[in-house]
Amino acid sequence: MRSLTRKFTDDQIMRYSRQIILPEVGGTGQRKLLNSKVLVLGAGGLGSAAIAYLAAAGVGTLGIIDNDLVEISNLQRQIIHGGNIGMSKAKSAESFVRTINGDVDVVTYEELFQAGNARKTVRGYDFVIDGSDNFPTHYMINDACILEKKPCSHGSILRYEGYATTVVPMKGPCYRCIFKRPPPPGLIPNCQEAGVFGVLPGIIGSIQASEALKFILGIGELLTGRLLCFNALDMSFYSASAERNRNCAICGDHPNIWEIDQRNYVETMPEECRFKVQL
Amino acid sequence: MTEELDLRGEVCPYTFVRTKLKLEEMESGEDLIVLLDDAIATANVSKSLRNEGHQIKGIKGISDGVWEIIAKKG
Repeated sequence: MRSLTRKFTDDQIMRYSRQIILPEVGGTGQRKLLNSKVLVLGAGGLGSAAIAYLAAAGVGTLGIIDNDLVEISNLQRQIIHGGNIGMSKAKSAESFVRTINGDVDVVTYEELFQAGNARKTVRGYDFVIDGSDNFPTHYMINDACILEKKPCSHGSILRYEGYATTVVPMKGPCYRCIFKRPPPPGLIPNCQEAGVFGVLPGIIGSIQASEALKFILGIGELLTGRLLCFNALDMSFYSASAERNRNCAICGDHPNIWEIDQRNYVETMPEECRFKVQL
Repeated sequence: MTEELDLRGEVCPYTFVRTKLKLEEMESGEDLIVLLDDAIATANVSKSLRNEGHQIKGIKGISDGVWEIIAKKG
């Protein structure tokens, strides 16, 4: 644990000077960042931007969980993995962080985020960034964070559009309050089917990093109760407001989710796929 | 109690960053004397300190090319 009163080194004064100058940050805020722990779930497109900015800002501990390997098709938008094709994404992200800021301790998890590790993994962090790319994982991250009372910024992207929202448990709606249930199977195409505009995860992931930094610093307004949507084609942002659902299965008045059970987070296959499987 | 910070040889924006970090260690109402060897830095640091709510009690040249800002922490 770093001290909240420890003197900065000359290198740190130079490295963080532009944010120490900010009236809302100062040395006190910089020490908060250096003492903070943020977990990034997914070192893909959203995670790349989030990891880069959190590391640059001096977040003291970055947890990075991803069980994939870097592929050449990732590099169009996953900008931290250059030169690392074939390497574990978590390890590749770690090596990127080391090149930009030695103040950051990286904890890598080369594993799936699943029922057996979900709550335990988020427990040790101050803030969680959901950079996952599928509905079951979005819900599992939400539920683990609600049960462990951890704030989380959720992000999602497809084609030219994306959104971000921040959940602070019991202080606004959770992901389940906003999206009561996943869309019907096959309705939303996945990234492989639909494609994604490369800069889009950079923009949404940067918004998520910004939410984490603001939460740690205790400044500004978070995207709680607000779904911020972005369209890169017409270059527009718009907000949709959301309220806590008293009937929410996890954060409502009478919740019925008390633990993470893997059976509740299974992606239902589209009908045409099921048909093929049966054949 | 009065503290002193010698920033001769230091350049912007580190002049202000170091002044700001020093003031954060001090109690409200205490004085800080900052020594600088650049006229523009002296003006910039004074302005930034005012913007952050500190009081500038005086700015004076104390020798050729050296200035002193006396600030009271807000």
